[in-house]
Amino acid sequence: MARTANLAQAGVLDIAPVDPIPSGSSKINVGQNERWLSVGAGLLVANIGIRRGGIGGVLLTALGATLALRGASGYCPINDALGRDTSDDKTETNVLEISKSVTINKPREEVYQFWRKLENLPQFMRHLEDVKQTDERRSHWVARLDSENIAAKALPKVEWDADIVEEEENSRLVWRSVPGATIDNSGEVRFVDAPGNRGTEVHATIKYRPPQGIVGEAVLKLLNPAFKQMVKEDIRRFKRLMETGEIPTNEGPSGRKPETINPALRQPIQNTQTTPQQDTPQSQTKPSITDESIVL
Amino acid sequence: MRALCYNGRNDLRVERVPDPEIVNPQDIILRVIMSSVCGSDLHLLNGYVPTMQEGDIIGHEFIGEVVEIGPDVKKLRRGDRVVVGSIIGCGECSYCQSQSWSLCDNSNPNAYMVEPLYGYSPAGIFGYSHAFGGYAGSHAEYIRVPFADRGCFLIPEGVKDESAVFCSDAFPTGFMGADMADIRPGDTVAVWGCGAVGQMAIRSAYLLGAERVIAMDRHKHLLEQAKNNSNAEVLSIDEIDIQEALKEMTGGRGPDRCIDAVGMEAVSSSPQYYYDKAKQWVRLENDRPIVLREAIKACRKGGTISIIGVYGGFVDSIPMGAAMNKGLTFKMGQMHAQKYIPRLLDYVANGQVDTSDLLTYKMPLEEGQRGYDYFNSKSNNTTRVVFTP
Repeated sequence: MARTANLAQAGVLDIAPVDPIPSGSSKINVGQNERWLSVGAGLLVANIGIRRGGIGGVLLTALGATLALRGASGYCPINDALGRDTSDDKTETNVLEISKSVTINKPREEVYQFWRKLENLPQFMRHLEDVKQTDERRSHWVARLDSENIAAKALPKVEWDADIVEEEENSRLVWRSVPGATIDNSGEVRFVDAPGNRGTEVHATIKYRPPQGIVGEAVLKLLNPAFKQMVKEDIRRFKRLMETGEIPTNEGPSGRKPETINPALRQPIQNTQTTPQQDTPQSQTKPSITDESIVL
Repeated sequence: MRALCYNGRNDLRVERVPDPEIVNPQDIILRVIMSSVCGSDLHLLNGYVPTMQEGDIIGHEFIGEVVEIGPDVKKLRRGDRVVVGSIIGCGECSYCQSQSWSLCDNSNPNAYMVEPLYGYSPAGIFGYSHAFGGYAGSHAEYIRVPFADRGCFLIPEGVKDESAVFCSDAFPTGFMGADMADIRPGDTVAVWGCGAVGQMAIRSAYLLGAERVIAMDRHKHLLEQAKNNSNAEVLSIDEIDIQEALKEMTGGRGPDRCIDAVGMEAVSSSPQYYYDKAKQWVRLENDRPIVLREAIKACRKGGTISIIGVYGGFVDSIPMGAAMNKGLTFKMGQMHAQKYIPRLLDYVANGQVDTSDLLTYKMPLEEGQRGYDYFNSKSNNTTRVVFTP
C-alpha cells in the first residue's frame, strides 16, 4: 500500500477538524454518460473548427474545447446556474491536505499575536498579495503567482473570503473559506509550547478541494508536493522573521549574478533583483525583505 | 567591483560584477583586505560539491574593513578592521544560542536544497555553493556580511593581517578539532593532514593539554612545517606503514585521540585510494573516506575520532564493526566560528599561537587561478595562498 503523507486525514496529527465546504467548481454536477457525450461532441466540433480556420473556426474550437473540458471535468456552469445536477454518485472532489510544522525560539504569545494580525501574513507568505480583516471573524484574501511565465500570467488572481470558525487565544485558529471561493479551503494553525523551553511549535494544516472536478484533482495531486514545499517555505520565513527580525537572503545586489536555477522545482526563477541604486546615502537605505521566488 | 568567479571545474576568472549593497538591516559591507584559499574550496573546484553555478564568487576565509553599516547593526563602526567567521549564524535560533553556530536554523536561504539529502539544513556559508546559501564569497573587493554583529570580530591592535586572516576559518576549525577530541592530560593525539587546518589542530591540541602529537601527510614541505613550526612528530604516509608506526610509537596502545583534517578528497598510494577513486568515477560513492577508515583502525580502544575534514555525501566501507566493538566516540562538524574566534584572537594577540607562517604566497585576485593551482597540487612549497583584492 502506498504510504500517505496526509497526516491529519490519517489521524497521526490531531489537527484541522473542519473540511472545506464544496462550492463552485469543486462540485461535480454532470453525470457519467453525459460527460462522455460532451467529450465526444466537443472533440468533434473542435476538430471541425480547427480544419475550417478563420473566425468561425476559432469560435467552433472554443465551443468544442469548452464542451470537452465540461465533459472531462464533470462541472458545467450552465447546469449549476439552472440548478441541474445529473451526476450519479460522486458529488465532490476529494480533499487534499498539506501539513507542515516549525519550531520558533520565541514565546507562544508573541508568535500567536503576530500571526493573528492577519495583515502580517503576506510578509512571509510568498504567494499572498494581501489579507484584510473585514470583521471579527471574516477576512478577504488575495493570492497571486509572481511569475513572468505566460501560462501563470493567464491565470486569474485567486481571491476568497474566509471565516475563523474556532479560536483559542494564543493556542489555535481554525478557518474555512466562505462558499464561492476560487479554491475551497480550510485549515488550522496550532501554537504549542515546545518541550524544554525550546520556544513554540507552529503546526499548520491546510485542506483544499481541487477546482475543475476530477481533472483538477489529478493535476493538483501532481502539484501537491510543490504546494507542500511552498507552505514549508512560508512557515520557514515566518520562523526567520520572528527569530531574527529579517528574512536572510542571497538576493539583491550582493556582488554576484542572481540565482537562475531553482533545483528543487527545476524551473527558471525570475529575476526579482532590485535595480542597483547608485550612491544611496546610508540613512535612506531601506531594509527590504526579499527571498527567492518559487515559480509554479 | 572585481571578483574571482567560478566558471566550471578548475576554471576561475576575474570578472566585473555589481557592488554588493545592504539588503537586510543587520548587514554590513566589508572592503576585503585579505581572503585565503581553503581546502574546502578545492572540493568546489574539483567538482565534488553540486549546486555551483557559473559566475559564483568563491572564498570564505577573510578579513576586511567595515565600509557600510545596516540600520540594525549595533557593535560595528565604519573603518573597523574585522575578521569574519566563514559560516553565518543568526545568533537567535536555538542552535546559535547553544553555541552550535554552524547549525544555525536561519542563515541558509536555500535550506530546501540540502534537506532532501541531509534531512535538516546546516548554516549558510560564504561563497560555498548554492546548497549552502548561495552567498557571494570573499575573493572580491567587497562583500556583504549578514548578521554582522554576530559574525564580525574586531582584530586587536598589534595583530597583523597575515595572522588575523586565519582566525576566520583555519584556526577555529583546527581548534574545534582538538576541542571535540576531548583531550586529557597525557594523551597522544594523531592528526591526519598537515595543511593549515591540520597544523592549527596540532597547535591547539598542545594548547588543550596533549602530551604528544603525531601528524601525517604526504607532502614533504607540510611535514617539515608541522615538525618545525607546530612541534609535531611527523610521519610520511607514502613511506611509512601508518598502522604499525602509530601502534609502536605509543607502546602498543594506539593514539588516544584521532583528528581527521583531510576529509572527502583523501589521497594515498594504497590500493584503497584507487578503489574509492573508481567508485567515485562510476558515481557509487561521493567521498573517499580513506583517512576515516585508517583513524578508526588506529585509534585506541575507547578513544575519540574528531572529524573536521569536510565530507559531502556518501562514503563506503566504513569499518563500523571496529568502531562499535572498540567503543569509539565520534565527534564532527563544521566549525562554530563565533564560539571560538574571540578566544583565538586572544591567543594570537598575546603571542601564544602564531598563525602567520601558514601564509606562503600573497597574490592579487588576477592570479587566482595560479594560486589555486599551487594550492591544489601543493607545489612550490605552498601551505596557503592569500589574495589581496
